[in-house]
Amino acid sequence: MKFSVMISEGPYTHQASDTAYNFTKAALEDGHECFRIFFYHDGVNNGTRLASPPQDDRNIVNRWSALAKEHKLDLVLCVAAAQRRGIADADEAKRNGKNADNIAPGFRISGLGQLIEAGIQSDRLITFGD
Amino acid sequence: MSETKKFLYVNRKAPYGTIYALEALEVVLIGAAFEQDVSLAFLDDGVYQITKGQDTKDLGMKNFSPTYKALGDYDVNKIYVEQESLDARGLTLDDLLPLTWEDEDDDWAEKDSIKVISATEMAKIMEQSDVVFSF
Repeated sequence: MKFSVMISEGPYTHQASDTAYNFTKAALEDGHECFRIFFYHDGVNNGTRLASPPQDDRNIVNRWSALAKEHKLDLVLCVAAAQRRGIADADEAKRNGKNADNIAPGFRISGLGQLIEAGIQSDRLITFGD
Repeated sequence: MSETKKFLYVNRKAPYGTIYALEALEVVLIGAAFEQDVSLAFLDDGVYQITKGQDTKDLGMKNFSPTYKALGDYDVNKIYVEQESLDARGLTLDDLLPLTWEDEDDDWAEKDSIKVISATEMAKIMEQSDVVFSF
């Protein structure tokens, strides 16, 4: 089955990203295909490489980056949500006159159309959040 | 993309206090360009999103409720409101924004977009949908 995931909560505050990660990993190991992981609302905070959680805790951002590399996942941060919350890649930083970017490896920033497309192209779209 | 799916956007939260309602509306507006079969549902505190007379002046936040009136122009004209949620909050259809659309197959007659339905009927609509977004 081809699935996509929407994550609508930030890391650590909420379990959404953890559960989505475990779900995605299990589904991929089970032979399913992941079309896209879309991060919306505070979910875009899962894509900052500046997160530095304590060493004895899981690193949610790095875990997504590693899973993306292993399975060629398409991790998309919503551009409008990311702009509001200060998540930027080099292009976005330049466009908005910021002196730094903070996007983590394996993530990209794009529009909400990517979420709608995920709904159209996937057999199932699963939301993790409140 | 030739495939058409039934999209249902479920709005469950109050318009202010959290950003979910505003960002949900942004998804609906973008999604409208994809020529899918779109429906909106308002239930729980989500019914407050489409109440009349919202005044956010003292909140320092933008009152985005006028945007819902534009949905008809985006061919988003199936708006379901749960009766039980209205009842629980002492609201009636008269408290809601008059959301309408123009039917091009009926000489552009202005028609109501809002349909108040029971929780049981809402469950059926959810079941019949291909893609359900819950905000």
